[in-house]
Amino acid sequence: MALSQPVDSEVSSPRRPRVRNPYSRLPNWLYPAFVVVALSLFGIFAIWVVFFQHEGYYAPYLSPFYSPLIKVGPIPPGVWVAWAPLVFRLTCYYYRKAYFRSFFGHPRSCAVPERAGRRYRGETVFPWVFNNFHRFAFYATVVQVVFLWFDAIIAFDFGGRFGIGLGSVLMLANVVLLSGYTFGCHAFRHLAGGDLDCFSCSLAARARHKLWRGVTVLNIRHDRWAWASLLTVAGTDIYIRLLLAGVLHDPRWVL
Amino acid sequence: MTTASYETVETDVLVLGAGGAGLRAAIAAAEAGTRVMVVCKSLLGKAHTVMAEGGVAAAMHNVAYQDSWEVHFADTMKGGKLINNWRMAEIHAKESPDRVLELERWGAIFDRTWQGRIHQRPFGAHTYPRLAHIGDRTGLELIRTLQDRAVHTAGVDVHMETTAFKLLTADGRVVGALAYRRSDGSLILYRCSALVLASGGAGKMYRVTSNSWESTGDGIALAYDAGAQLRDMEMVQFHPTGMVWPAGVRGLLVTEGVRGEGGVLKNKDGERFMERYDHERMELSSRDVVARAINSEVIAGRGTPHGGVYLDISHRKPEFIKSKLPSMYEQFLKLSKVDITKQPMEVAPTLHYMMAGVRVEPETGATNVPGLYAAGELAAGLHGANRLGGNSLSDLLVFGKRAGEAAAAASKGNPKAAAAKLDQAQVEQAIAELMAPLDRPAGENPYKLQAEIQDVMTAHAPIVRDAAGLQAGLEKILELQARAAQCGAGGSSSLAFNPGWHTARDLRSMLVNAEALLRSALERKESRGAHARSDYPKTDDQLASVNYITKETPHGMSVEAVSIPTMPSHLAEILQRSYATYTPEEME
Amino acid sequence: MELTSLDLKIWRGDAKGGDLVSYRVPVREGMVVLDAVLWVQANMASDLAVRWNCKAAKCGSCSAEIDGFPRLMCKTPIDEYGGRLSVGPMKAFPVIKDLVTDVSWNYQVNKEIPPFTPSDKDLSSSEPWRMQQKDVERVMEFRKCIECFLCQDVCHVLRAHDLKGAFQGPRAMVRIASLEMHPKDVLDRRPLLKGKAGIGYCNVSKCCTEVCPEHIHITDNAIIPLKERMDDVYFDPVRSLVNRLGGRSRKRPAD
Repeated sequence: MALSQPVDSEVSSPRRPRVRNPYSRLPNWLYPAFVVVALSLFGIFAIWVVFFQHEGYYAPYLSPFYSPLIKVGPIPPGVWVAWAPLVFRLTCYYYRKAYFRSFFGHPRSCAVPERAGRRYRGETVFPWVFNNFHRFAFYATVVQVVFLWFDAIIAFDFGGRFGIGLGSVLMLANVVLLSGYTFGCHAFRHLAGGDLDCFSCSLAARARHKLWRGVTVLNIRHDRWAWASLLTVAGTDIYIRLLLAGVLHDPRWVL
Repeated sequence: MTTASYETVETDVLVLGAGGAGLRAAIAAAEAGTRVMVVCKSLLGKAHTVMAEGGVAAAMHNVAYQDSWEVHFADTMKGGKLINNWRMAEIHAKESPDRVLELERWGAIFDRTWQGRIHQRPFGAHTYPRLAHIGDRTGLELIRTLQDRAVHTAGVDVHMETTAFKLLTADGRVVGALAYRRSDGSLILYRCSALVLASGGAGKMYRVTSNSWESTGDGIALAYDAGAQLRDMEMVQFHPTGMVWPAGVRGLLVTEGVRGEGGVLKNKDGERFMERYDHERMELSSRDVVARAINSEVIAGRGTPHGGVYLDISHRKPEFIKSKLPSMYEQFLKLSKVDITKQPMEVAPTLHYMMAGVRVEPETGATNVPGLYAAGELAAGLHGANRLGGNSLSDLLVFGKRAGEAAAAASKGNPKAAAAKLDQAQVEQAIAELMAPLDRPAGENPYKLQAEIQDVMTAHAPIVRDAAGLQAGLEKILELQARAAQCGAGGSSSLAFNPGWHTARDLRSMLVNAEALLRSALERKESRGAHARSDYPKTDDQLASVNYITKETPHGMSVEAVSIPTMPSHLAEILQRSYATYTPEEME
Repeated sequence: MELTSLDLKIWRGDAKGGDLVSYRVPVREGMVVLDAVLWVQANMASDLAVRWNCKAAKCGSCSAEIDGFPRLMCKTPIDEYGGRLSVGPMKAFPVIKDLVTDVSWNYQVNKEIPPFTPSDKDLSSSEPWRMQQKDVERVMEFRKCIECFLCQDVCHVLRAHDLKGAFQGPRAMVRIASLEMHPKDVLDRRPLLKGKAGIGYCNVSKCCTEVCPEHIHITDNAIIPLKERMDDVYFDPVRSLVNRLGGRSRKRPAD
């Protein structure tokens, strides 16, 4: 049954008007281009940090790439922990949109012609079928976020005295944004209460409804939390690395 | 013309129209064990029922415990100025709660009270809060629920975008219909043993209307042609508040909810003029009163530049307006670039609903033609001279079900009807009439004729009418009938999805409705409910017991007065009672 | 900007082919695209095929592609386009004529989704049902759908890859969500989601949400929660085991 007219031919048709997205003033290519550039830069930076760097601690600050700090033999410490947030972000529902649109052009932008090319199978086949395990990456990331909170609190401890340094502020901001991103996760929204059909039918359901509503508030801007926390992870690490290299001096106020 | 070829489709019950009434009838007939074919002009789920905003009236007393079917009955009769069919009003008031609860069991969602019951909102001229609703899109909920129920009910089949243009009779009984598929113009002859008409009103005969292109009164015209009697054809409802500007949205409904939430009407001098028309109820007076008041202000030169009055709710807080009237806020912002939280709206009456229609038996929806049933806006009787908001949705459910059941029973009682011998000449002639405009490339443009009909009705059968105007209008409509019989399809002879051709056919229906309206309006020499006469401005108590019946005679259309049977004492007594006013416990 | 006339290009043709035809339309204040198209129909091309009904964005009939982007004609002011625009039929469905497409596939899909099914206990109860506002609120969003099928049209799985046999599309997901999350529905449609409905084909690229005239958050509130519900059974051995042991699967299998 031929259910639709051939859509590929339109790609070459000169008569086809440029697709104008009325809800966005930006050109159609801008978003995918931004995602490709931003994610590539971060990816290269992350590989460099995780596989080629061994130091990320400048008392009392610990780079988020190294938390919790595990040092075994010659293996760079980032290797032990970085896989969790990596898998969490790879399977994240927001990043899926971002990379499917920008790296694979599925679709590059709404309603624009798309390469039909190889048979599209969506998330039903390897490797994308693994996106369905997003919640397990969430569990692992929650563990890491607990450690990051611990690190952020420690970052206000300057040899037994309370103090505030630029690094402490950065680490706190980072963990706040990472928490907002992690606990606004779609999988968590489901686990928190989204799987219920009746929110009022038991005491537990009523409590979970409240939790679900809270997660929903964070979830609405999941994309912004994602980008903001990505930026602070890189920023915090770079800041600590610059302190280690002696390029910067950490302004701090200690009680 | 050579013998046209058509496909024959056989069913037990044929339903024309897939709005609330048609779908409810189809479900009822299928559940009674008959095969049902639903035929509709548009796609399934697009019928005019989706436009209903406020809610469905049913005395479930979830909000006001004092409510009961008796109060609902009394409100309906008083609102209809007593010319309603009292038996229909009684059935409607008694059965609508069950019909609403039944919808819920089919998956419909309604707003809830704090105890988890269906919430009911107050509405114009209903004594108690009575309208079950879901936000401001109750009609959509109703049609979607019925649509899903119908397509999942065994025995129901649907033919979409198929226009019926002739009811077929054999020995005085309706045994089928002729229709054509809009996609390719192919003809279908439906054979059935009972037929339910549920194709809605004829609002499109007016220029300014909240109705869609579909509302051309096809069902009323088809029934009339088949010998059915029409009733109180002068009774059409003008909703007081339709948009007036920009031109493209003129007539689009502004919900009564705006006034319900505190909106006030002002003329161009800033005067709150309702004070002069209904000091007591002000903006929340009944629809006919408010519509006439706005009309008078505009005629007296106190209207806005676009020919309306101001409806202002900007004294309420912006958050309040956005939460209570979300779709109105968006409608004005998007379509006329008016921010109703800051600026007043411009509104004027818009043709909204036909209380008029096919005369039916209250219990069954049976018309005077055997085998022919009618329900919904197209059937007359329940609403009398003025319909209350919310009563149309309950009307669809209550009488849709009854018509469907009665049609199923009739079908079972006359199994051979679908195989009755058809008068082939009748079929050939109807097809020839349908096709004729395609063969007249130089014939008059149907869109132009449609616009002329709208101009005539707008000028000659407005909110306030008089004998001279109606008479002149009638002459123009008769002349238009002659021209429409010779019109073209707009130039194209294409059978495939040709709206010009379709419009040529719609003209016929609209003209039958228009003629009946004008003739009936001339006969009712009084002002009652929606029917206002400047030459007879008073309500004549004598005429409270009279319906005007329109029917075909050898000499053409005729209108006669028929007296309403005396109301039984147990119902009459209900109308005499007085009811405690409702004060909401939770004030905002 | 004051405009006096509009350069309107309308795609005219049928299944065999067609082309854009130019019309010059006098502009009235506040005109929407549907006004312009209907003006052409009444004055220049009586056989111009177009679907419309309510003209108030409540029925979802007048779906088309304006400058290549799926929108409702009745809700699109022409002044957004500055004097020149094109209107074509929806691309994901076969053309019947001009702006009218064959959308019957969507109705077939709806028929394949098992309808609302309450429990036997609820069904036999003579008492009116009790449900709390918070239990029905989530479903209300899905019930706003006006079946304009713009989401189906923009969805690249249907539009570019023509996988109508494999994926039922965003509209169907909204429909399934409205049933699955209904507090009184007891049917389990998760096997349907994994199988015939083909939810795995969705790669959450979110164009359906972008075009929805009713502003339903199709991706975040319908598709993703449904993916998570499917994952409960097919991709989460822990939860599916716990649920089975704890007897929490009150739901009846469909069919």
